[in-house]
Amino acid sequence: MQVATGKSILNGIAIGPLRIYRRAAAQTEVSSTLTPQEEWARFDTARVKAQEQLKELYRKALDEVGEDNAAIFEIHQMMLDDEDYLDAVKGILETQGATAEYAVTTTGKNFAAAFAAMDDAYMQARASDVKDISQRVVNILNGQAQSGILGEQPAILVADDLTPSETVQLDKSKLLGFITRHGSSNSHTAILARTMNVPALIGVDFDQDWDGRTAVLDGYNHCVYVDPAPQLLSSMQKKQQEDLKQESLLQGLKKKPNVTLDGTKVNVYANIGNVGDVGLALQNDAGGIGLFRSEFIYLDAKDFPSEETQFAIYKRVVETMAGKKVVIRTLDIGADKQAPYFGLDKEENPALGYRAIRICLTRQDIFLQQLRAILRASAYGAVAIMFPMIISVREVRDAKELLEKCKAQLRQQGVPMGEVEVGIMIETPAAVMIADELAQEVDFFSVGTNDLTQYTLAIDRQNPKLDAFYDPHHPAVLRMIRETVEAGHRHGCWVGICGELGADLTLTETFLRMGVDELSVSPPAVLPLRKRIRSLDLSKNEK
Amino acid sequence: MKQFEYIITDPVGIHARPAGLLVKAAKALNSTVTIQKAGGKAAAATKLMAVMGLGVKCGDTVTVTVEGGDEEAAQKAMEQFFKENL
Repeated sequence: MQVATGKSILNGIAIGPLRIYRRAAAQTEVSSTLTPQEEWARFDTARVKAQEQLKELYRKALDEVGEDNAAIFEIHQMMLDDEDYLDAVKGILETQGATAEYAVTTTGKNFAAAFAAMDDAYMQARASDVKDISQRVVNILNGQAQSGILGEQPAILVADDLTPSETVQLDKSKLLGFITRHGSSNSHTAILARTMNVPALIGVDFDQDWDGRTAVLDGYNHCVYVDPAPQLLSSMQKKQQEDLKQESLLQGLKKKPNVTLDGTKVNVYANIGNVGDVGLALQNDAGGIGLFRSEFIYLDAKDFPSEETQFAIYKRVVETMAGKKVVIRTLDIGADKQAPYFGLDKEENPALGYRAIRICLTRQDIFLQQLRAILRASAYGAVAIMFPMIISVREVRDAKELLEKCKAQLRQQGVPMGEVEVGIMIETPAAVMIADELAQEVDFFSVGTNDLTQYTLAIDRQNPKLDAFYDPHHPAVLRMIRETVEAGHRHGCWVGICGELGADLTLTETFLRMGVDELSVSPPAVLPLRKRIRSLDLSKNEK
Repeated sequence: MKQFEYIITDPVGIHARPAGLLVKAAKALNSTVTIQKAGGKAAAATKLMAVMGLGVKCGDTVTVTVEGGDEEAAQKAMEQFFKENL
């Protein structure tokens, strides 16, 4: 048995024979016996034919993977019309007396290199598009059709890289999964894999002699087992069966309410970090966004994201959720989340340091910009604002005052806004102790169990030596949550949990008995949590 | 010659798809349209790979220049296009 690792694009297991894809490598003659004009005519005929093929592929992709993903084939057609690309081909034909094949291959390589050198992961991934269109023209010139990538038997496809057109031409009924040596999680191939819902691994260093051998692609553990040991094979088969069962079961739970057998309702929302996750939240039928970690907008940027940039992102999330609640947590940077342009000092004790609301209240320029962007987005749906790392009533009042200032400004400028709920994260023992006072200031609480546990138990979760001492179900933490819920309810606040404990199915019953109103979990955890909720009966005594 | 500035609000900037739409829109005009990234390169709006090659990201300012033909109509069309797509 041989094991290789890579980066998984989609969780899941594929079992079957490996099939290595070899692109027909045609010999490319460099010098031509024809005139440059004759070579140009050959090129142009092949180019037009390539565009016809791409039109056909666009139609096929439209049916299979939708407009957004199909658009790339329209772009490919346009690339073959690009003046600079055509000029480059012509130049090589005329100055070097080269064959059309050579001129196209060289031009493709040069343009691909230019894209690959850009400082933007998305544009770097476009290098493969240029190579793809050039290869298509060369194949036509060589009189080869691209077909039959997969054989008769369903298989796991193994390739150095797959171009978008190769990916979409794959016969889905024969494709169990795929493995590539190159490619990024930004590549169209990766996007298509997600859309087609097949397990895929990228960045795998494979051997040519894998062809035809049986393998298990384990997307959960980012690895592939070639010639798996019988024991492993049977356990993986079992896991695969369970996945299938689970999947169909969970799909059956979509559109069902989150209600216990005795009729207690609870909201199940999703936690997201970027715009892309919104799709996942909707796919998993989340009732709203319980935590939008806005710091990822800052962490992904090279400099402070402008109000406009932030507004565009918030607006898109809010619009996509179409009226469902979106809780945006204001900037929670510092400690383990650092962006160099903030120029934060190194600290002895970052978890207890200059972070989150502490930065926001002292660097008001940054904070006001974010608040304005969120308020503007509130015109497009149901938006709630949540302040992190609160330890005092004064902080909440200060933050609210700044929020009111932004509202007044926007109102004066005639900018539309919606009603915005205001809430805070409960993640420090201090906030729990003064929850009654805090509850009078806000509309809701959301318990951040990760930090609350760390601060309550005085245990650094990054330190593996402390694992033996770490108990996420520690009664102190659970009592803190209970007190938070009770204090919130006394003053008309709804109370949610957005930390990891929210997805802990062994605690769901405990939380519901406490009266928790909302649980916000990662998108894939939404349906399993719904299943758990629907199996509970709170009218019976706790076991 | 007419000019306007625009700040890109599309989260992924001028990526392949809007670049393709832009090229189409620019080709439909009888004016020459040039796009320049603030402090960066310029490209003819009819050249797809050059436009993509500008690497324009969200928050970047671009200057769009329109020359020849019906400049007024072309500027309006381009402003409209940027607002709707970028």
